[in-house]
Amino acid sequence: MTAMLEVENVSKAFGGVQANKTISLTVPEGEIVGLIGPNGSGKTTLFSSIVGQYPIDGGSIRFEGEEISTLRVPQIARLGLLRTFQQTRIYGQMTCMQNMVISASVRKRGFGELFHGQHDPHVSKYAEEMLEFVGLYEKRLLRAGSLSFGQQKLLEFAMALMNEPKLLMLDEPTAGINPTLINGLIDRLKRANAQFGITLFVIEHNMRVIMNLAQHIYCLAHGELLAAGTPDQIRNDPNVIDAYLGAH
Amino acid sequence: MNVPIQKIAGYAALLVFGAAAPYLFPAYHAQLAELWLFVVFALTWDLVGGQMGYNSFGNVLFVGVGTYACAVMQVGLFYNVGAYTASDGGNATIFTFNVAQYLTGLAVGLPVAAVIGGLVAIFFGSIILGMRGHYFAICTLGLGVAAGQIFAGWEWVGAGSGMSSPNAPAKIGDITQLLYYLAFGLAVITFAVIRWLLTTRFGLALNAIRDDEDKAEAMGLPTKRIKVTAWCVAGILLGVSGGILGNLKRFIDPIDVAFAGETYGVWMVLMAILGGKGTIWGPVIGAAIFQVLKEVFWTYLLGWQRVALGLMIVLIVVFFPQGILGWAREKFPEMFGHRIDRGPAREPAE
Repeated sequence: MTAMLEVENVSKAFGGVQANKTISLTVPEGEIVGLIGPNGSGKTTLFSSIVGQYPIDGGSIRFEGEEISTLRVPQIARLGLLRTFQQTRIYGQMTCMQNMVISASVRKRGFGELFHGQHDPHVSKYAEEMLEFVGLYEKRLLRAGSLSFGQQKLLEFAMALMNEPKLLMLDEPTAGINPTLINGLIDRLKRANAQFGITLFVIEHNMRVIMNLAQHIYCLAHGELLAAGTPDQIRNDPNVIDAYLGAH
Repeated sequence: MNVPIQKIAGYAALLVFGAAAPYLFPAYHAQLAELWLFVVFALTWDLVGGQMGYNSFGNVLFVGVGTYACAVMQVGLFYNVGAYTASDGGNATIFTFNVAQYLTGLAVGLPVAAVIGGLVAIFFGSIILGMRGHYFAICTLGLGVAAGQIFAGWEWVGAGSGMSSPNAPAKIGDITQLLYYLAFGLAVITFAVIRWLLTTRFGLALNAIRDDEDKAEAMGLPTKRIKVTAWCVAGILLGVSGGILGNLKRFIDPIDVAFAGETYGVWMVLMAILGGKGTIWGPVIGAAIFQVLKEVFWTYLLGWQRVALGLMIVLIVVFFPQGILGWAREKFPEMFGHRIDRGPAREPAE
């Protein structure tokens, strides 16, 4: 099992606030890895640092062996490392299909191909398949901004799949989703991993979801790596329990 | 599906009307030519301001450099530009152009204006298109004003006293009619280019940047290059429009004609908003209505025409910000190909 993403001693401070302190972790190819931690523990900051949104203060981030900590956001995305946002982000005034079509992988396409028509049958067919996959096929011609929050979240997931990433980093994929749909979503995440071969790195607050989903879990607290291990190890780690329950 | 036939008929009717207009309204050649230039102004503004969501108040920059580039080529091919402008900004009795010279000047000047407009857009776009929202808008405003002042201080092109466009030889006939067809042709080309762009993935990318630029970046779209390309398209087309404008007005004043931020610069935004931002026909309709109103104000409210125009601008922006087609799209979404939700939400298929 080769490491797809290697984060080594990464630090990031905003003024006096140390959001990430010498964090090291590894996401092996083909796995589902979880990232948990109390609010404000630096999970989303770490995600943003990895995808190039925040320049890191120190350390190294390697994707498939290549140093990416100096690359910019779109360059990293084109390597096949994609993230979704905690505050769902979709293109609100465009239809779901248009959202999907423009999300089609740019990794395999040059700038000139932007001047090809929007109605490439292969792209449209794949877009419809992915919308069907997340259960939004019936909504494909609606404006994305008119969908409910949960549906927008599913659309964002479908857009990410449309991009055919190698590693997909999901920031709280089940937050705001109707509890009855959560099992369906877990199933879809697992299938994206197994069928499409997409490695997943997931921030999640819902313990039932992450314990069910991930093979390996990292736990952050106060910007530092607190624990790492299998779901069972994490569940029984006294440090993790303290961090969540506030004991000292 | 008989809609495409109706559409083709509609386009054909418009083209015929455009081609016949100088004969139908022989007294209004200049105003009609200006109308087509306004269509170009509004369409190119909307490509960046409406479709991409980058409100620019400095697109007169490209009109201005196009105006000067074309005039300098028209003169410079046959005379010394410095000597030309030194003689009352282009003395028509000393510097004469025969038919061949005049047409050559236009044939060279307009493409050069296009190239210069495009290059200026790439140059400044690469610098300032990293800014967003209000910062971009203010910066473009500054660019337009600064460019006007720079040209107003440049002796070689006549500085503040401006320069005349080459005087058309008498033998060439009604020069305004020729300029009308150039403006009409440019408007048709502009419409076709932008309409085509909006059917490509590039058009979707522009909308994606408008809706959420951070997301577009995170999905790997080369946003900077897309933005600069869109502005460059606007710059090329506006450069040509500037070349035509200079010849239409016969005299190039750096502040009032070339880099006319207070008039053309504001009007192009207003026309796009009036017709409906982010639509293909909105800017065309907006330009037509605006040009008619403007001419009516200038004819019947002379002395108060700017007050009336200013009042209209305020009324449109305050009470009608979504524009004519924007309003129609909200009222009749189905006519614009939008669906509205009728079915209940469905769980993911198992």
